[in-house]
Amino acid sequence: MVRVKESTIIDAPIADVWAILRDFNGHDRWHPAIAESRIEDGPADMIGAVRRFKLADGAQLREQLLSLSDHRHEFRYCLLASPIPLMGYVARVRLCPVTDGNQTFWEWSSEFTPPAGRQAELVGLVRNGIYLVGFAAIRARLRGDFATDKPVAPPVTPVPLAAVPPTQTRIRAIVIDQYGGPDVLHLREVDLPPPGHGQVQIRHTAIGVNFIDVYTRSGYFPLLHPPGTPGMEGAGVITATGPGVSGISVGDRVAYACPPVGAYAQARNMSPDLLVHLGPDISDMTAAASLLKGVSASFLLHDIGRVRPGQTVLIHAAAGGIGQILVQWARALGARVIATTSTAKVALVQGLGADHVIDYTATDFAPAVLVLTGGQGADVVFDSAGKTTFAGSLEATAICGHLISFGQASGPVGSTDIDKLASKSITLSRPNYAHYTDTPEKLAPHVMRFFAALRAGIIRLPEPTLYPLARAADAHRDLEARRTTGSLVLTV
Amino acid sequence: MARAYTSTVIPAPAADVWRIVRDFNGLANWTGFVNDSRIENMMRADQVGCIRSFRLKDGGVIREKLLALSDYEMSFTYSILESPMAVTDYIATLSLTPITDGNHTFAQWQADFDCPAAQETDLIRHIGGNVFQAAFRALKQQLGR
Repeated sequence: MVRVKESTIIDAPIADVWAILRDFNGHDRWHPAIAESRIEDGPADMIGAVRRFKLADGAQLREQLLSLSDHRHEFRYCLLASPIPLMGYVARVRLCPVTDGNQTFWEWSSEFTPPAGRQAELVGLVRNGIYLVGFAAIRARLRGDFATDKPVAPPVTPVPLAAVPPTQTRIRAIVIDQYGGPDVLHLREVDLPPPGHGQVQIRHTAIGVNFIDVYTRSGYFPLLHPPGTPGMEGAGVITATGPGVSGISVGDRVAYACPPVGAYAQARNMSPDLLVHLGPDISDMTAAASLLKGVSASFLLHDIGRVRPGQTVLIHAAAGGIGQILVQWARALGARVIATTSTAKVALVQGLGADHVIDYTATDFAPAVLVLTGGQGADVVFDSAGKTTFAGSLEATAICGHLISFGQASGPVGSTDIDKLASKSITLSRPNYAHYTDTPEKLAPHVMRFFAALRAGIIRLPEPTLYPLARAADAHRDLEARRTTGSLVLTV
Repeated sequence: MARAYTSTVIPAPAADVWRIVRDFNGLANWTGFVNDSRIENMMRADQVGCIRSFRLKDGGVIREKLLALSDYEMSFTYSILESPMAVTDYIATLSLTPITDGNHTFAQWQADFDCPAAQETDLIRHIGGNVFQAAFRALKQQLGR
């Protein structure tokens, strides 16, 4: 005997959800897998009522209502006849009110005995093809996504392992029609096809906003050819797997920080190669807020900067998402940290443990660094600001020091005379995220190192600033105007 | 018989939440309104029949008896023996249910009790809001979510 139990929160009052679900003969009006249904005799809410229904592929099933309580918002039913061998299938649907949010907790569970060797396949079918699809359909319906009726019914038939009905779903996504400012970020309804060969489908719970998304939007990096959806970081749950996928299952909690773009959406399809499984102690929010930044900090500090105890490092934009991680981690590695930030954020950066914080709006940072280091300069400089800081960073770098330019928040660095490097034998690095993270083998050590630092409390992440997906443009405006500290996350 | 019922969604895995709330002697660690708590008669805090005696920050003293505790169901039930509230036959259950969608927790806290009819509305509001809801809020804050 196996048990399947799935639960979710629906953003609607319990009465609204119950009104749809309690009709034992109404599933053909909301569940995408059911083509038509009728009650054999008597009313649909009478114990013992039998519903005879057809799936989209023509398969016929009969199910009997075993109990129904309007008081407890619960009903149970069993399968009487089915071409799918769900032996002894008994299921229960129950709802509970969430009193502090006017939402509804919905649990859908069942027990059955699968034939030998078909457990994984049938559990997957029930979970993905019936329950999760049902959750999504009710959620969409109560949101009014489907003005007329339910979406196209997909066939649900016994299918090979881990399969999912190839259903196309309607989702909301941010779409860019042309490169430009934040105004080009528009919320649209788009079709999401089922995952293709070698792909999985992820339903996002949280989406990370990074400066690279600004470059995607503006066209500075050719990561997206309009029309398209930006975003390279997200967290959520696997809702479907395409053919040829192994090592990952529906229901797995995952996060990613990698191309291709497409994270600014309720759900997406992508290759599972660079997905990171999340342990129970790493929340979706934490992963979406920090994975890209934490992985970047890992290779910047350990592989490129090779920061060692006793060295002096200079970190620009120290109150930003990656800046905060760099400051804390560099300190933990034993480095002396000089950080730059603007007036309002000085106290925050001091709180992260920086040894010296320079308010670059009040003080010219390069001479200040030289004063603090007795004229030596910093051994390693982390510069993500670009245009406005690059010359000063060169000035503040020590002899045989290392300047790492890994961003251009203030504008591109542009052309520079490399002969200048010789005056102090400076090493200049211009790393590209993809080159350090584009295979599972390259990515894994950084993820492990970053999560270990999180678990050990070496890195404490500030609460991210949250924006609903629809307000992605505001998130970009705030990020570009340097109005935020820490990470920005879009919620779905 | 009156009933107070409060439920909420806690964006943390149920096992993590359960680790905190299952300690019948641990109200002071997470509710925000309990000053200190002890278990009477040297019993263990997860032993059915044990009595917790705790002091509220406002000075009130409450004694409650553990009637049932299930690590499998992630729920426990207790009754009030003594309290400043005008309730009798007070039995409450706190239960957690995993929300598989997102690995969060659905938390429910329910109390059934008798009381003078004139105080029923106020007591339901007080217990459901100032006690259960407030404790859940403090718990969520503590979990940093």
